Amino acid sequence: MAPSIDLPESVEDVLSNPLKQKPNLVAPEPEHCPGPESEQAGTADSCAGCPNQKICASAPKGPDPDIPLITARLAGVKHKILVLSGKGGVGKSTLTAQLAHAFATNPDSTVGVMDTDICGPSIPKMLGVEAETIHVSNAGWSPVWAMDNLAVMSIQFMLPNRDDAIIWRGPKKNGLIKQFLKDVEWGDLDFLLVDTPPGTSDEHLSVNTFLKESKIEGAVVVTTPQEVSLLDVRKEIDFCRKAGIRILGLVENMSMFVCGHCQFESEIFRATTGGGKGLAEEMGIPFLGAVPLDPRIGMSCDYGESFFDSFPDSPACKALKGVVRKLAGEIGLDPEQVVPEEK
Amino acid sequence: MSLAKIKHIVLVLSGKGGVGKSSITTQLALSLSLAGHSVGVLDVDLTGPSIPRMFGIESEKVTQAPGGWLPITVHPSSPPSDSHPSGVGSLRVMSLGFLLPNRGDAVVWRGPKKTAMVRQFLSDVFWDDLDYLLIDTPPGTSDEHISLAETLLRQARPEQVSGAVVVTTPQAVATADVRKELNFCVKTGIKVLGVVENMAGYVCPNCSECTNIFSSGGGEVMAGEFGVKFLGRVPIDPQFLVLIETGKRPRYPKGTKVNGEEFQGVETEREGEEEKAGNKEGLLVNKYGDCSLAPIFKGITSDVVAAVEGGR
Repeated sequence: MAPSIDLPESVEDVLSNPLKQKPNLVAPEPEHCPGPESEQAGTADSCAGCPNQKICASAPKGPDPDIPLITARLAGVKHKILVLSGKGGVGKSTLTAQLAHAFATNPDSTVGVMDTDICGPSIPKMLGVEAETIHVSNAGWSPVWAMDNLAVMSIQFMLPNRDDAIIWRGPKKNGLIKQFLKDVEWGDLDFLLVDTPPGTSDEHLSVNTFLKESKIEGAVVVTTPQEVSLLDVRKEIDFCRKAGIRILGLVENMSMFVCGHCQFESEIFRATTGGGKGLAEEMGIPFLGAVPLDPRIGMSCDYGESFFDSFPDSPACKALKGVVRKLAGEIGLDPEQVVPEEK
Repeated sequence: MSLAKIKHIVLVLSGKGGVGKSSITTQLALSLSLAGHSVGVLDVDLTGPSIPRMFGIESEKVTQAPGGWLPITVHPSSPPSDSHPSGVGSLRVMSLGFLLPNRGDAVVWRGPKKTAMVRQFLSDVFWDDLDYLLIDTPPGTSDEHISLAETLLRQARPEQVSGAVVVTTPQAVATADVRKELNFCVKTGIKVLGVVENMAGYVCPNCSECTNIFSSGGGEVMAGEFGVKFLGRVPIDPQFLVLIETGKRPRYPKGTKVNGEEFQGVETEREGEEEKAGNKEGLLVNKYGDCSLAPIFKGITSDVVAAVEGGR
């Protein structure tokens, strides 16, 4: 007999039971703890005998009282866009950073980037603001401004040492994400891009819960062409569907490699199963474009520069611009206003 | 106790995603197996398990036995032969991927649930005798990693937990995250066996020019700064990806260079025969023997083995 995993929490259950505020516990959460924030806190089978049981059971139930605060805080943000992928290292942060640069080229729009990857924040480095710290004022935490119209928030700014490891379990990460939304003085933004860690876990659930009220415009899903990656991305799309997050489109990154020596195009990560385009068709979601692998993109990110400014003639740059234009179209903006077509 | 008969436990870690933890784990496992060790692979990446795909055993299901969950056998051990003087060790695999009803299903779990699953994987899988248990991890330093470290501390004997192989790619964005992982190892007292720099260079199949797609040397510099062993550079080999994705035996044009040295591919006579057989016959482990990365991993594996044996 094949054992199936006990799935006491199906996806729907997890999504329909959003986080409550976490009570103050007197002991660490035991094994099989339903989570002090969950609806079953204090009443589940595994709660019997736990020193926290009373606290969890008597904590106020119902939705998190902070959600209206977050909604108020983000009232001035026009478009909230998530960048997601089930797979790591496919270019979520790269795409987020380049999207931010692209949107910020228009001096009239203000862009915010929120990095919810707590254990591996890459955004500060990619935007060239790694060494900055956050200032706290009466109005809240001030984000770091990478450009006049580009605000950034990441846990990296709060670390005393650059290489410090953040060894946190889920609930603590949720708390920080909430603070990023509730306590950061984002002001009036045209775009808020939310970069996420790989997977479908705490960070994703929290962002979804906290932003539900204030409406997420949608998600951009990033993948690389090979099936190992598509497999995980399929799970992410499944998650978005179940959570009711609209998918603005799929971007295939690292699709072709053009040799700098002989200009020969080769597929490093071969798309044996149709690649991103195939997956987009299979899932019925828009395909925003394929961005070729260009070592200079990686270099721009290492130095924190805008790839659009540094290498405007590269084919990868044109592809990225195409992606931004299509994305602008998906959220109902005039693509010409966001990234003007080249003459 | 499911871990009782395992000699060495090696973790494969990286702070960054998509640097090739799973592919390094796969190759280490195949390489160890080719060296005659019996190997188990445990995939604790719960929300994005890749190991079943890597070994081409996605449709397998786990069976329940009195001793616990039985891992999936990729290949049994075989006695010494001419091509493999030390014999080939058995290779068994366990992943959450085998327990899911549909391969596209999302596993949306919060921390405590993941912790419980990791514990279950460490205590309920019936591994029996193993020389090496490789544990493939998700990116980051969070629930899965904390639980893994805690559970191993409690359930495994100190001499069993040999340490961790840390994987990175050369670019600064990746090493920045991997540095955090090295600090995690320091804080949790896990010994770092060494750093592998993956995706170091790509040889154009047309002109044999090697391009450092993700720059180069970052892993070695980082290893030097942290005073840990640098195990080696692994270039991108599209043939390995093809082997994983389609099961085709790797083939190389004459004059292919790997890490600056001429690579000796398979002899031409054998090639003709196998072309007819569709190129897909044979065990993954035998086909991997023909991959250009196999000799590189032979070196890395012997370094890892030396570090493991020497650390006892």
